[in-house]
Amino acid sequence: MTETVWQRLDQGLRNLVPFALTLAMVLLSAVPWRVSGAGAITPWLALMAVHYWSIYRPDRLPYIAVFAVGLLQDAVSGTPLGLSAMVLVLIRALVFTQRRLFRGKPFVVVWAVFAAVAMLAAVGTWLLMQLYVWQPLSPWPVLFQWGATVAAYPVLTWVFGRVHDLTLRQH
Amino acid sequence: MKTKTTFSRSMAIPAKHLVQRFALFLLVVSAAGLMVLGKFDVAAVDRTRVVIADSVAPVLEAMSRPVEAVSTAAEKVRGIIQLYHENARLERENTRLRHWEQVARRLAAENAALRGQLGVVAEPGPRYVSARVIGDSSGPFVRTLLVNAGRDDGVVKGAAAITSAGLVGRVVQVGERSSRLLLVTDLNSRVPVEIEGSGTRAILAGDNTARARLTFLPGGSKVEIGDRVVTSGQGGIFRPGIAVGQVVAIEDGVPRVMPFIDWDRLNFVRLVERPLVENRQFDDADGGGDRLLR
Repeated sequence: MTETVWQRLDQGLRNLVPFALTLAMVLLSAVPWRVSGAGAITPWLALMAVHYWSIYRPDRLPYIAVFAVGLLQDAVSGTPLGLSAMVLVLIRALVFTQRRLFRGKPFVVVWAVFAAVAMLAAVGTWLLMQLYVWQPLSPWPVLFQWGATVAAYPVLTWVFGRVHDLTLRQH
Repeated sequence: MKTKTTFSRSMAIPAKHLVQRFALFLLVVSAAGLMVLGKFDVAAVDRTRVVIADSVAPVLEAMSRPVEAVSTAAEKVRGIIQLYHENARLERENTRLRHWEQVARRLAAENAALRGQLGVVAEPGPRYVSARVIGDSSGPFVRTLLVNAGRDDGVVKGAAAITSAGLVGRVVQVGERSSRLLLVTDLNSRVPVEIEGSGTRAILAGDNTARARLTFLPGGSKVEIGDRVVTSGQGGIFRPGIAVGQVVAIEDGVPRVMPFIDWDRLNFVRLVERPLVENRQFDDADGGGDRLLR
């Protein structure tokens, strides 16, 4: 009997992994890295996490969880509350419905499709932000962040894949 | 029995899809609603933001320490490699600073003497709180920092954030144990400044790039590359005379100012309380440059 309780607890914790990992990505990108100045652009880690789990374990990262992640990101990074939440939820919807495009494809293809998804997210955020502040904004910072995000994708997906293997895949 | 199972299963999948679609729709609308409410400065939205930031502040603080240790270690290695050049540079700087120290001492004495003759009442020194930087937005749209001091430590909204090098920004959001600083380079930052020496007043406007723009210069005023920019104290947000930056370029007639802060090594800031409120109200009436958002 106790064993089943433990097993359940264990499974419950494992089920929380995608959400917890995505939240951790938000915090990780908020830590002051001090690498290259005030213009330093860190990759959009949360976007990669949402993208990954929407393909492989969408059941463990539902819309409401993505929304919460977005709110945390907005609150921590100082962007208008709701901005990242909206973009991430829409990206979750897009990737979730098109996830067959990613599954079982060579990595380069997946990477290219991710680049397109990230571009959509970047442009969407940029447009929404301009609407919010009601003045034109330079697209360069967004493009730099997009570049950083696409460049970091292989490393991050490898990490997500390892975590996925260790916690959620059936043996 | 069998037909019933098939039936309920065939119904269950579309029903699940429907619930998901509805959740998606609801969340997108909520996000849009939050943005609209935030745009119109609804207090509850600001409050939510503060509460979330406050609750993750301890986690961020814990995470920022090892990161800082790694950066410091990297810095040390770099320092050892460049030891010789660094030493030569510091010696030069030291000679220059000694000279300036003499000048400063003489001026301070002269200033005190003149104040004495005029009967100026001595201003009390400002109170300040030191805080560690625990969060860096470094996103493409905002230039803000989270620091680990809040209302509990005596931080108030509007406090200026400075280091020994100069002005960092100002406090725009105060939680119980964390605060958010709007950096001088942020799109929403407007700092009333003056050109040191000539006293020409202007507004330093950030635009999310590393160099802020000098705007609202009076017609015919001369600004040259190398001019130092300090706070003017107009508007009452900042005390006068805080070093801000140096004019490094003039693009299409707009001078660009590079702040004195070394953003890569910014681990601690001092939060200085703003000057007396009476001054602020007086200055606001005659159009001091404080048109800050939030």
